[in-house]
Amino acid sequence: MHELSVCQALIDQVENLAREQRARRVLSLVVGVGPLSGVEVSLLEQAYPVAAAGTVAEGAELELEHRPIRVHCRTCGEESAATANRLLCASCGDWQTDLVSGDELVLTRVEFLREQAYV
Amino acid sequence: MCDTCGCNVTHGNRHLLAPGGRLEKTGQGSEAVTVLRNLLSENDRSAAHNRNHFDRHGVFAINLMSSPGAGKTALLEATIDALGERFRIAVIEGDLETENDAQRIRARGVPAVQITTGSACHLDAHMVHDALHQLELDGIDILFIENVGNLVCPASFDLGQHRNVTLLSVPEGDDKPAKYPVMFRAADVVALTKVDLLPVLGDFSTERARDHMRALASAAPVLELSVRSDAGISAWLEWLAAELEHYREHARRGETLRPRIQPEGLRLHGLKA
Repeated sequence: MHELSVCQALIDQVENLAREQRARRVLSLVVGVGPLSGVEVSLLEQAYPVAAAGTVAEGAELELEHRPIRVHCRTCGEESAATANRLLCASCGDWQTDLVSGDELVLTRVEFLREQAYV
Repeated sequence: MCDTCGCNVTHGNRHLLAPGGRLEKTGQGSEAVTVLRNLLSENDRSAAHNRNHFDRHGVFAINLMSSPGAGKTALLEATIDALGERFRIAVIEGDLETENDAQRIRARGVPAVQITTGSACHLDAHMVHDALHQLELDGIDILFIENVGNLVCPASFDLGQHRNVTLLSVPEGDDKPAKYPVMFRAADVVALTKVDLLPVLGDFSTERARDHMRALASAAPVLELSVRSDAGISAWLEWLAAELEHYREHARRGETLRPRIQPEGLRLHGLKA
């Protein structure tokens, strides 16, 4: 259950961004999550309102973008889809692969209202 | 997976790293900024700071992870008994409560700092940083950070360590790497502990455990150990001494060392470490 820590880190990021952009209120945020990030999406959704309460992101909608697991094979060079505990090349079956995506835990988009009306 | 090492950066999204990201106006009077920020970048920054501390003092740091009761502290005791004369060892202990583990280590004559996390299920880089202030880093060759017993959360937090060691005790079952892929994928070495129980358990196959590790695309060696029977301890000590030497070679060139899982992303995205 480290999802609350992760959400607090997310809110810190959003608050920094809101300061940089002189945002009055954050309306929505998009977070990309891969299965190999170690974060459980449903727990993240539950922890989020708790972490957001009393911050600039209170009430902002959290959209979670699922990132697929993909591996690149060092042996045959192909890229293929894989699952969390089977990161083998779908093309040649070799285990010597590198993860191309699926371990992300990133804030990608924040929608907000500015402090003053934009002229 | 972080801004710090840049492993998320690809040709397609590099422009998003510009300060402030890319702004756009939306229809409803609001604006949106597209960015690429790792959620744990604050932790990663602190971890980088820790790693820097270690490197300045020539301290080889190991993050020791496993489920509760897999034998992390027992392995440390055996390691101290075997190498205590040869290397200066120190330990940071993470637990929810009690000083028990730190006391066990101190009883071996080795400095130990206990972090009690309260209800937190993992150590993070900030907690480790605070603990570092209680250690005399100049006098240390190897620092073991014994994480909170947990096969889930500790895998997500970089502490600044140079290597990850994951223990799997045989009573837990040989399919743990398949059940907890995030943790086992992070391992630089897996120690199958309590192998003296193999004949009693009968259903643990070390070969199956290895197969599950390979399915995670991991080249990490899988060692079979028992502190009770002393089986395999020499292989563990050899691994440790070899990795320490490897670390020192890097240090002589002014480079650091990261758990192998981390530079992987860098290489993939065509960036330098």
